[in-house]
Amino acid sequence: MAAEPLVHGPQRPADALLRDVHALDPRAALDARHDVRVRDGRIAELAPPGTLALDPDEELVEGRGHHLMPAFFDPHVHMRTPGQEHKEDLETGTRAAAAGGFAAVLAMPNTDPVLDSAPLLRSLREEAAREARVAIGFLPAITRGLAGEQLTEMAELRQEGAVGFTDDGRPVTSAGMLRKALQYQRLCGGVVALHEEDPTLSRGGAIHEGAVSAALGIGGIPTISESTMVARDAELAGYEDARVHFQHLSCAASVDAVAAAKQRGWRVSTEVSPHHLILTEEEVRGMDTRMKMNPPLATESDRQALIDGLRSGAIDCVATDHAPHAREEKEVPFEQAPMGTTGLETAFAALYTGLVLPGVLELALLVERMTAGAELFELTAHRIAPDEPANLVLVDLDAEWIAGERGWESRSENCCFAGRKLRGRVLLTLSNGAVVYRERAFSVVSV
Amino acid sequence: MNHLLSIDHLDREGIERIVAQAARFAEVSDREIKKVPALRGRMVLNLFYESSTRTRSSFELAAKRLSADVVNFAASGSSVEKGESLKDTVLTLSAHKPDAIVLRTPWAGASELVCKWCSAAIVNAGDGKREHPTQALLDVYTLKGRIGELDGCSIWIVGDVAHSRVARSNIVAFQRMGANVTVAGPPTLIPRGIEALGCDVRYTLDELPSADVVYALRMQNERMNEMWVPSIREYAATYQVNGRRLSPRQVLMHPGPVNRGVELSGEVVDSPQAVITAQVEAGVVVRMAVLYELLSGAGAPPSARTRPASVESTERQPA
Repeated sequence: MAAEPLVHGPQRPADALLRDVHALDPRAALDARHDVRVRDGRIAELAPPGTLALDPDEELVEGRGHHLMPAFFDPHVHMRTPGQEHKEDLETGTRAAAAGGFAAVLAMPNTDPVLDSAPLLRSLREEAAREARVAIGFLPAITRGLAGEQLTEMAELRQEGAVGFTDDGRPVTSAGMLRKALQYQRLCGGVVALHEEDPTLSRGGAIHEGAVSAALGIGGIPTISESTMVARDAELAGYEDARVHFQHLSCAASVDAVAAAKQRGWRVSTEVSPHHLILTEEEVRGMDTRMKMNPPLATESDRQALIDGLRSGAIDCVATDHAPHAREEKEVPFEQAPMGTTGLETAFAALYTGLVLPGVLELALLVERMTAGAELFELTAHRIAPDEPANLVLVDLDAEWIAGERGWESRSENCCFAGRKLRGRVLLTLSNGAVVYRERAFSVVSV
Repeated sequence: MNHLLSIDHLDREGIERIVAQAARFAEVSDREIKKVPALRGRMVLNLFYESSTRTRSSFELAAKRLSADVVNFAASGSSVEKGESLKDTVLTLSAHKPDAIVLRTPWAGASELVCKWCSAAIVNAGDGKREHPTQALLDVYTLKGRIGELDGCSIWIVGDVAHSRVARSNIVAFQRMGANVTVAGPPTLIPRGIEALGCDVRYTLDELPSADVVYALRMQNERMNEMWVPSIREYAATYQVNGRRLSPRQVLMHPGPVNRGVELSGEVVDSPQAVITAQVEAGVVVRMAVLYELLSGAGAPPSARTRPASVESTERQPA
């Protein structure tokens, strides 16, 4: 029998009464104040506010009307382990996830060595079982060494607990190679997640091709680099009736390609990052290396198309693409800097501040999109319902904070939202039944 | 002005101020003794991560004519080759307390970064393909000397705009001085979105006769290997500025070094319309004006603000 897809470190199941919280769970049609009891790590009881009595062995959490939501799920993070632990490791990375209200994450395989063999996956999962604060799953590589030339032993990897497969950081350039992976999916299952980029179009580029790249003299990456590959691979998925997930969509043309593929009934899904939903290429004018990511920040009309896609469902979920880099790696001239921004600790607040507060996106829809990743990867969605394991996040929507003002849980500080004033602060996170994060100033009344 | 990082940071008045100061220094260059004591005791550090002959030597000459001490630091043969980062190199060299750092790197925005790491006045002497502000200033100076005010004048910048920091700085500077700028070149070498800088775009030289000034850019051989153009031969046939294409009333400029027979024919380089050597000459006086403005002007840091005793010779108007 195949291994459980998600692993986490040793945890103490919580017994707690969350008193007078505003429970919001679109999947459970829940949007009202409640008392919520967690017993032995599971949601035991939901009742009208102020009606549940505190048991003597329970911890009391005064909700004060703060929002309790199903904890978020991030299908796209870089934990940099093994090999680049100076950027992040399983402990710091999952701590950052917990601080951002995420109860589960999926880690990418572009590590050193690349996660492309069963023994490596096994040892990584063992490490996660010692260190991971929240549940973590792994997407091993589609091709060995991410080289695009030879399939990994996908069936054995699945037996060992691979959630799916990806060559993230790189595209599978050869259509023939990808087709073989999609065919092999019939044997072993596992969603194939794709980083879409045509290297013959993106080569030499560091930012979005357009007015800003022209003004700065920095090589541009045209949006067709992504969108033509999305269109190609959607068609491959359709032809092979395969299950494909497109990672970090960044432009209008890609949204159109995915929407068209869905219209035809092809089994494709996609994600978008908070930075592509909030920021544009204009942020790059100051050549702040935290604004350098792949795919690059595009234009305002691309951003609007991504928001529309998220609302319409053309885009299924939010993923941070949390990509930590050490200070010395980012403290170099823009063109020399590696691509990537951290995102776990700011995702909810950035989207709440940037989209929900201005009335662009409903809060309930944001919560749905920040938790939808689980089902896309054939895992159980977090829900606020009796008997469900407690995967919960308590958020103070009115709290204002400056991103990074108290440092970061992540080992790296390359966050594109650093220094911004955000609204919405995670107070408490439960992952798989255990309290994994408490905001430092948040008082928990213990009895 | 504390630094000169981008031509964009100078308004028309700022450009005119530097050009006027350069004109005063030009008078000094014609004397037997070419030196003024304006920056005596100040140190100018030339920090060059790319090979450069004319820019580096003209900055060196400019600093010396102002009596400043000059230290040249080239990345090759230095600790940079041992893997020292730009930050550490700048911190190390800052320990010598330079008053100004003249920085040339292959990376856009490097001079902005260096500003954060030290207190010296920073002069961007070329950052990747982004900007070369002193080139733009010396081109404005040269052109004003030749044709007077630039208002309403039509300037064509011809060639490899995509890889040219000169093009980017000059598009901005020429427009700020009132000129209309058109960029022309192969579609593969005109960056998408360049018109956002306010210039017109052409892919042929058919309308070149409408230009008052033709500014040709260097076409590098390696661009052909990277398949930007099918061949240098075809490039020259389509975009070379030569005797057939250049009319006698037009002024010809080029930032150097020229590839004779590629972007320019030999005859136009040698023609009286070409101001290419005047541009080189202007390089020294304009860079003197920039260093002077940074190190003794109103915007200089407090330590450098004391006005040098003997500047009267520099304040006389040119004849």
